Amino acid sequence: MTTQKPVKQIHLAAHFPGVNNTTVWSDERSQSQIAFSSFRHFAQNAERGKFDFLFLAEGLRLRETRGLIHDLDVVGRPNTLAILAALAGVTSHIGLVGTLSSTFNEPYELARQLATLDHLSRGRAGWNIVTTSDAFHGANFRRGKFLDLADRYSRASEFFDVSSQLWDSWADDTIVADKASGEFVRTSRLGLVDHHGPQFDVTGYATLPPSPQRHPVIVQAGDSPDGRDFATGSADVIFSRHADYEAGRAFYDDVKGRLDAVGRPRDSLKILPAATFILGDTHAEALERSREISRLQVSPQTAISFLEQVWNTDLSGYDVEGPLPEIDPVVTAEGGAKGRAHVHTDPVATANAWREQAAASGWSIRELVISFAAKHTFVGTPGVVAETINRHVQEDASDGFVIVGNTNPTGLDEFVDRVIPELQERGVYRTDYDENATLHETLGLPAVSSRSAAALASA
Amino acid sequence: MSRTPFHLGVALDGAGWHPAAWRDATARPEALFDPDYWVSLVVEAQSAGIDLVTIEDSFGLQSGGYGPFELRGDEVRGRLDALLLANTIAAQVPGIGIVPTVTTTHTEPFHTATGIQTLDHVSEGWAGWRVQVSGRSHEAAHVGRREIPVLDPARAASGTDEEQTALIRSLFGEAADAIEVARRLWDSWEDDAVIRDVPTGRFIDRDRLHYVDFDGENFSVKGPSIVPRSPQGQPVVFVLAHQTVPYELAVAQADIVGVTPHSDEHLEQILGELGDAELSVERRAGEPLRVWTEAVVLIEDTSEAAVAALAALDDLHGSPYASDALILADTAEKVAAQLLRWQQAGITGVRLRPARLPLDLERITHELVPVLAETGVLERPASASSLRERLGLARAVNRYASASPDTAELIESASR
Repeated sequence: MTTQKPVKQIHLAAHFPGVNNTTVWSDERSQSQIAFSSFRHFAQNAERGKFDFLFLAEGLRLRETRGLIHDLDVVGRPNTLAILAALAGVTSHIGLVGTLSSTFNEPYELARQLATLDHLSRGRAGWNIVTTSDAFHGANFRRGKFLDLADRYSRASEFFDVSSQLWDSWADDTIVADKASGEFVRTSRLGLVDHHGPQFDVTGYATLPPSPQRHPVIVQAGDSPDGRDFATGSADVIFSRHADYEAGRAFYDDVKGRLDAVGRPRDSLKILPAATFILGDTHAEALERSREISRLQVSPQTAISFLEQVWNTDLSGYDVEGPLPEIDPVVTAEGGAKGRAHVHTDPVATANAWREQAAASGWSIRELVISFAAKHTFVGTPGVVAETINRHVQEDASDGFVIVGNTNPTGLDEFVDRVIPELQERGVYRTDYDENATLHETLGLPAVSSRSAAALASA
Repeated sequence: MSRTPFHLGVALDGAGWHPAAWRDATARPEALFDPDYWVSLVVEAQSAGIDLVTIEDSFGLQSGGYGPFELRGDEVRGRLDALLLANTIAAQVPGIGIVPTVTTTHTEPFHTATGIQTLDHVSEGWAGWRVQVSGRSHEAAHVGRREIPVLDPARAASGTDEEQTALIRSLFGEAADAIEVARRLWDSWEDDAVIRDVPTGRFIDRDRLHYVDFDGENFSVKGPSIVPRSPQGQPVVFVLAHQTVPYELAVAQADIVGVTPHSDEHLEQILGELGDAELSVERRAGEPLRVWTEAVVLIEDTSEAAVAALAALDDLHGSPYASDALILADTAEKVAAQLLRWQQAGITGVRLRPARLPLDLERITHELVPVLAETGVLERPASASSLRERLGLARAVNRYASASPDTAELIESASR
């Protein structure tokens, strides 16, 4: 006897165009990276496409290359929490997820801001917890560099724990607001948070009643074993980098296995890899567009800059349509690039690997850089792209994707116009939001049950 | 008659400033955490031509006075984060100044500066910042980074208590640093830094971005801002001040100082102290400081009814409402008369604190504003495109902007 596997519903997030070479600013449709009109358009388009949530990265310092502010990509973005609060006012259903550092914030303040965002959006707030520890970003903050690499996840974990205590400290029925009796808050229902741990000492009352979700949806993007364990323990969504089918299945299997081990239901943690897309009326047209856009994403100057981050020396004299430099990288303790997620730990090894790869494939400098910095995940007709996305989800390579467009703010318009209807026709993607659904509900996650509130209620 | 233009601000907080206001028949205490409540208040203010609204906040749950924390069940407790609430409102209500309160004591100056700057982008030029210090000892325990002794404003103002004086100086010194950092970050991108130059592949001209390199006692900030320069360049900085040290902060860094005179003589004394501060402190903000007064307002059709309404609220609360600001419980005409007296004394605006919300806001917009408008004092740019312009503040000059090549050429050719 065979059991029919139930059809999975696809979950999609819309990534606001970032400050890296994926975002093509030389395109004539490219608009302001900071004007509110851009953010409104992006959010309202994603909501038109019934996306689960929109996703914003965080800016703590402008990127630098070899000691100078990096000027080849889009530069500048808003304060994450402020722009999400603004978007809460011009959208009704879509989740609002921001990347916020557990290193350069304090739990009392950030937990309050996230609870505020959840109130302002009526239950649509999400938090991508990231850990940062380097002195480069610390130079803009009170603490500067102070965190050992090894303490990053213990701080994130304790940060989340204190935040949860704050979110759980008001019982659901704390606010009475009874004009006749004169009781506004039932003080006995309001718990004092008194936390003392290795990273934080927080004593006080939270300033907000429970928000619609009580806790925001927790997103986690780290890929290390520590990161995966943190996600298994605390996250609702993993923003992964494994969009490739085979790697996606391996990652999915690993993480869902970790859930089994701690007794969490498999569908209580959604895995959404980042993915780009290029559409065409025919497959050939899509391939041609992909080629054109990848060349816009890797300008000659950008190609050289990628190499300079490894070589750590001026390579502006090289022809990007020619072979890779034969000289070896300049190795210093400092390294070349600052403020990026990925840093090349062994420049000489990287340079050798790149040279070998380029020689084997007959690639120029620019073609090599395109191969890793402007590779498009899904290229094809809308029908084929939809079918591919669906296959990844149904075959457990993911639960959906974080879709990254390549122009700001219209990069996802075409996806919404052409791919979303294909997914809807296949019955694997919502045709509308549920009325008044929280982000937890939209994602099909179990509701948050508050430990402290339950304790209060039984007291 | 003096032609000094007079501006109106409304201070929004909970169900109004009277601690029993939430029990008024028209109050909506159940809606205080609902964004629509706040949007409707600001729409009401905007439609009557109010210049700006401020949104109150604090770094912790509300508690009376500065002493030990007191958890009371009979007053409004709980507040949305003002900066985030301001951004939600700004996305929906154009053409009115939105000035959230953000504390400088325990917060990150970089986050505060970029948050206010984002508000300026969202509102398209109507952002301000009401700067506030956190002098409450229990609020320091929320962060656990330092201990703050219990503040006694009276002892601090006497100037004879060394510990209290040092505490006030340190809190306001840190606030001055936080504003300085914000003002530098707000200028750290020149207006024309984004060039999108395809031939050279450059999105920005990095020579038009500037490190702010602030190094202070409590924090250092490298910069530049992550946010490009905002429509106003410099959002409007508002400081409420009651004594010498805060007066000095306002003189150094604020665009508007809110003061709380209780009589004509008191106002004269305050203006004298502000004048003294101007002699002892270097002003770092661009334009001359605007002095606004503050008043709690409760408006009814007759003076008797207003006094009775105030007494009824006091009864509900169990004690008379005491405020740092003058309480005007009267008719719209009588309240207007007091405001005009201040205007005659050279005051350029008032921040009205409605005793009851939304009731006294509606009384202000429907009754007080028309009375003032009739006198002609509310004249202002008909179609201001920013809060600065509305308040008569010049376009902010960027401290880092280099002279354009054209200007340099002109000077060179003129000197030949």
